[in-house]
Amino acid sequence: MGLLERIAETLQAGEDEQVGDLTRQAIAAGLAPKEILDRGLIAGMNAVGEKFRCHEIFLPDVLLAAKAMIAGMNELKPLLVREGIPLIGRVVLGTVRGDLHDIGKNLVAVMLRGAGFEVIDLGNDVAPDRFVAAAEESGARVIGMSALLTTTMPAMQEVTRLLQERGLASRVRTIIGGAPVSADFARQIGADAYAYDGANAVERVKALMAAE
Amino acid sequence: MTGAARGGGRGGERGDDGRAAWASERVAIAAGRVVPPRADVLRCAGLPSDPGGRTSAILERAFELLASALQPAGILREVSLPEFARIYAGEGRNAPATPLDTIAPRAERLALFAATTGRAVSETIAARFAANDFALATLLDAAASAATERAADAVQEFWAARIHAPALTDRAARPTRSPDERRVLRYSPGYCGWDLTGQRALFAALAPEAIGIHLRESCLMEPLKSISGVIVAGPPEIHVCADDFAFCRDCRTHGCRERARGC
Repeated sequence: MGLLERIAETLQAGEDEQVGDLTRQAIAAGLAPKEILDRGLIAGMNAVGEKFRCHEIFLPDVLLAAKAMIAGMNELKPLLVREGIPLIGRVVLGTVRGDLHDIGKNLVAVMLRGAGFEVIDLGNDVAPDRFVAAAEESGARVIGMSALLTTTMPAMQEVTRLLQERGLASRVRTIIGGAPVSADFARQIGADAYAYDGANAVERVKALMAAE
Repeated sequence: MTGAARGGGRGGERGDDGRAAWASERVAIAAGRVVPPRADVLRCAGLPSDPGGRTSAILERAFELLASALQPAGILREVSLPEFARIYAGEGRNAPATPLDTIAPRAERLALFAATTGRAVSETIAARFAANDFALATLLDAAASAATERAADAVQEFWAARIHAPALTDRAARPTRSPDERRVLRYSPGYCGWDLTGQRALFAALAPEAIGIHLRESCLMEPLKSISGVIVAGPPEIHVCADDFAFCRDCRTHGCRERARGC
């Protein structure tokens, strides 16, 4: 088994220290950073995502793999930056104003990072204009919003309204999630997508990026 | 919401209905009382009853961390219906019609409450996330959520036990009902049309800062693993209400059905 396959396998097993070691070995062996990323780390994470979708593994397994992915990315990221190789994409993420519940948002952030996205995590209780400003400043093409309370859901619409008002809605896509949120609600407020969990969020964000 | 709550008061202050007002009372909760069963945490985390060796080991670690961080505490204060009506009205941002509009006036007794598992629990979860221990942090969060519900249960049970067998000084004023004639359920701001801004009036009346729960400007509590609201005691049928309010459309569980039936 080659080094890249071993990275992918070890990542699926959630062995973060080993993934870090193998990634360093791959770099030392002169493999191209983009190759290590695509055929090692992302290949492993894609396999994990597929197993999760098929209910072959559970959320903790995915999160262990995501931790391993991040261990590999920590080794690789300086090289990717130096060579000007872009990550898959950049996503601004946060729990909406009035809401402190961040477990769901944190899981989405972990899954997106695990899939190779750069995540700008604004935390919780995020005001609508902060979402929009962060997307403008960072050039992120997707804003992800989470809410756990029915009373905080309307803050999501304020973000979609702000994007419309500022003429950014065609460039910056929105995705929402959280226990009280639904695909219907996403349509009502003019959000571009709804995700029911972290793995689904990765798929939906990839689809939003591909649709551009 | 109109009408007068039954019963007299405790303490020397006067409530806004002219009756003697109750004072807030701390409820001691043993840490062991709130540690949730393993099965509850697995269910909360969406995991099967036997999730495998590695996940089981992480769950055990989560329980260890939870046990070392738990500092549960509760507080409650009985209120009259007029006082609750004022608190419930909050800042005038509730949904136009809500279940509590019809439930509270039919209640025999009402008590504001808050319960928490303590600051250290939330800090431990955040620390595990910051250390990229996502699986451990997630299972700890699930365990802490279940523990917080159990802390609220403990406050609710404390009060239910009291009103089913009230102190001698209360007995003359309030004939008691047997437990099967009365159902005691809790309701919280942020749910079922009770706007989250209602927390401000609730906190002003209850003062849960005494047990370390603080209200942020956004009306959410710190520590996050805290629950506040009103406990409503009365005949079981008062809790049965429509579930076709506008906000019910956004609710996936409709768990109020089972709650009202006592399931």
